[in-house]
Amino acid sequence: MKNEDLQNIINGFGENLEFTTEESEFLNVIVPKEQLHEVCNQLKTNSNLKFDYLYCLTGMDWGTDLGVIYHLESTELKHLIVVKVKTDDRENPTLDSVCDIWRTAEFHEMEVFDFFGIKFNNHPNLKRLFLTPDWDGFPLRKDYVDEANMIVK
Amino acid sequence: MGVDKRSFLKQIEPEGLNQVVPDDFPGKVIPGGNGGNIVVSTLDNVINWGRSNSLWPLYFGTSCCAIEMMQTGAPRHDFSRFGFEVARPSARQADLIIIAGTIVNKMAPVLRRLYDQMAEPKYVIAMGACAISGGPFFYNSYSVVKGADHIIPVDVYIPGCPPRPEALLEGMIMLQEKIKTENMSKKVNPIDGFDEGEGKFVK
Repeated sequence: MKNEDLQNIINGFGENLEFTTEESEFLNVIVPKEQLHEVCNQLKTNSNLKFDYLYCLTGMDWGTDLGVIYHLESTELKHLIVVKVKTDDRENPTLDSVCDIWRTAEFHEMEVFDFFGIKFNNHPNLKRLFLTPDWDGFPLRKDYVDEANMIVK
Repeated sequence: MGVDKRSFLKQIEPEGLNQVVPDDFPGKVIPGGNGGNIVVSTLDNVINWGRSNSLWPLYFGTSCCAIEMMQTGAPRHDFSRFGFEVARPSARQADLIIIAGTIVNKMAPVLRRLYDQMAEPKYVIAMGACAISGGPFFYNSYSVVKGADHIIPVDVYIPGCPPRPEALLEGMIMLQEKIKTENMSKKVNPIDGFDEGEGKFVK
């Protein structure tokens, strides 16, 4: 399915969805964080889309906003899409978990929590994955400071 | 005529056995022999020849340098030509550790433990930019050790990202040449004083 057709279908899923294909071969959908779970659910279940495979989940620090990028593929219909969600709350960033839609997100979201400190609602086991449980701070944030180990340039 | 050896030596060299060493003498004093050095140095040559031509490397491949290291062991470059015949997976059986890859803070105690488990004499090759200085992870990295020589003393550094197999071979042959100049009586264990920050400047 072409990007324009995908956009026409997805546009009806929610309000204030932003679409762009700039600097990307895939259709990028920026979803307000309140609608994230509902939109993702429809992406999975809509019979014209059938995005059944979350092949990449990335945490992101844009400097001011924190967020998550989801790369989705339909293994049946062979089309791809990128979903982005942002939050400007750096103190207590909270997004909805999608691990009830795509089970693989469970570990990916643990990793994003580990490195970016983004909390996921309804996640069954949100804890540090790679770092030690007593680690202070979230090292992949742009404003992370570690004077002992980091040589900042 | 039964002459006590000690009193005999005192006759010919009054201060011979009780040499006064100045307190500020920087080096370690090794008493001179009486011609035995000819035997010892010949023995040294034989032992060093044997050691340098049968180095058993322990693989410590933590990233892409390990691929080049495997290639160096494969038939095209074949480091067993130079005596690096048996690559060991166990530190107990190895006397050379090739650090091929990035050392992160989590891995550092493992590397030190493996080094401590190796039998002496032991040698270390730091292969590639990461093992030398942290390489591409030198700046803005919270997790990477900025050089394996923060953890263990290194004998040979091989630059490259990753180095070609020829470079690794060159470094390994260089280590052999270093071993061939060793002197048993003056051998310093490089780990002595290393944790106090003196290990890099072994005299």
